Amino acid sequence: MPLTVEEVKHIATLARLELDEQQLAHYCQQLSAILDHVAKLSRVDTTGVPATSGLAAEAVVLRADESRPGLEPETLLRNAASIENGQFKIPPVFDQE
Amino acid sequence: MDLTDLTLLQASAALAKGGTSSVDLTRACLKRIEQLEPTLHAFLYVAGEKALAAAEEADRQLERISRSTSQESPLLGIPVAVKDVLVVADLPCTAGSKILEGFVPPFTATAVQRLQAAGAIVIGKTNTDEFAMGSSTENSAYGVTRNPWAPGRVPGGSSGGSAAAVAAHLVPAALGTDTGGSVRQPAAFCGVTGLKPTYGRVSRYGLIAYGSSLDCVGPLARSAADAAVLFAVMSGRDPLDATSADMTVPGIDLAEVRQASPLQGLMIGIPDEYFVAGMQAEVEAGVRDAIAVLERLGATVVPVSLPHTEYALPVYYIIAPAEASANLARYDGVRYGPREAGEAMWDVFYRTRGRRFGPEVERRIMLGTYALSAGYYDAYYGQAQKVRTLIRRDFEAAFTQVDVIAAPVAPTTAFPIGAHAGDPLAMYLEDIFTLPANLAGVPGLAFPVGFDGTGLPVGMQLMGRHFQEDLLLRVAHAYQQVTDWHRRRPMRETA
Repeated sequence: MPLTVEEVKHIATLARLELDEQQLAHYCQQLSAILDHVAKLSRVDTTGVPATSGLAAEAVVLRADESRPGLEPETLLRNAASIENGQFKIPPVFDQE
Repeated sequence: MDLTDLTLLQASAALAKGGTSSVDLTRACLKRIEQLEPTLHAFLYVAGEKALAAAEEADRQLERISRSTSQESPLLGIPVAVKDVLVVADLPCTAGSKILEGFVPPFTATAVQRLQAAGAIVIGKTNTDEFAMGSSTENSAYGVTRNPWAPGRVPGGSSGGSAAAVAAHLVPAALGTDTGGSVRQPAAFCGVTGLKPTYGRVSRYGLIAYGSSLDCVGPLARSAADAAVLFAVMSGRDPLDATSADMTVPGIDLAEVRQASPLQGLMIGIPDEYFVAGMQAEVEAGVRDAIAVLERLGATVVPVSLPHTEYALPVYYIIAPAEASANLARYDGVRYGPREAGEAMWDVFYRTRGRRFGPEVERRIMLGTYALSAGYYDAYYGQAQKVRTLIRRDFEAAFTQVDVIAAPVAPTTAFPIGAHAGDPLAMYLEDIFTLPANLAGVPGLAFPVGFDGTGLPVGMQLMGRHFQEDLLLRVAHAYQQVTDWHRRRPMRETA
């Protein structure tokens, strides 16, 4: 089932990707071809088959919940595009009215 | 003697013996990198000065050890390259993406840190498809790496930079990562030995996440014996990765294979599903010849069936993009990476991501977002995780009959640069033989078993039971004791 350009636009919005009309059309065609290929999964009878939820389940061990030294805030802020008073600085999230 | 001729273990022996220093060895690697990088483009960053400083420190340690009776680590003073999806403190890291341009990580991945603690020297960061998404390095935002055997061909991917660097003797060994074949396929394309360990065997801490239930860190080297050294050092439980396994890492003793029939009693399974119509005849011939060699070494070869193999590709291209869409949500221009200007925060998100991710990453993020979105989750992601269980059960059933499974790594040898341009599905099909091991979490080892008519390496892979990497390494080592494909080298005359 091919995707429509509107559907691709919706997916891009969910994924927070700014794409132009040409890109949307291009991805629409490519994603449709990939989805067409993966559609063969619906042919597999999975009645009573549990979903894989992780590969390491039998070996997972959580570490002790103890505090330990981490990286300094200045170190963690070093790669940020914009900082102020030891914090990440971002443009407004809400309208400023 | 050109020090770049030496394998890891030979270099290690030369350092221990004295007369050769780690600084000499590191300088020799840096010189060869300088000579061949204009052709190959295997590196995204070469840490020349830092590497030489570390080599000087290694030489001081070697000097101290020579005056005592203690045994040195085989990695002490050995230069290695690291794929640019593993962070190393203070070395720029982009994961092949413009969205991490200028990023300088403040910490080091556990796998790398363990190599460094054993005395290894990080000489640089190698090229990769953007966020390890690809099979050719053509998806790197910083340009393709070229195959040392034929510069018009891809080196494979996504760990193509590491594979090319090892094949061209720029370094004795390197780290790669394998989410769907990204260590094994470039190893095969470049004629080197590459191990994808069992899921959970090597810590993922400091590995830039792509598909968290699939990602594995693994070594690439010029022999199974060399790969075994890196593997042993970096494996084992890490409190910083909850999925890293609390399993004893066996010491890997390769000495026993010196006997006449080293593989006596070993059962090798050959899955029909991995010898498909349309695969390159020379690849099939190379793999079947290699299996005959293993038989002569004492192994028993029987057919096995992995009936759900054909579903590995569709399962992978639901699960990996789904995990990627979540993992890559963190790239928003706030905490790291450049930020595209915008009036409001949402504009910044859309623009930074839309303009700085490359097309393959955008495709996978959208594919994953779609597969996880309301109304489609059960049909795509839920069904894929169920079929994944069936793929895993295929392996469990096969491993009740055989100890290892032998198969091709890829349907073809290295393809020309641009061969799959604009056709992502054709590129995905390159991975059909490597994806199942990631979905099942089992280990896989690729190594060279011949060449095709145009002189390109042919690889074979061995897959084994969970946590039995040592067996795969022993089998490949036995093979490499009686063959010399792994000793062939490209670009010798250019040195």
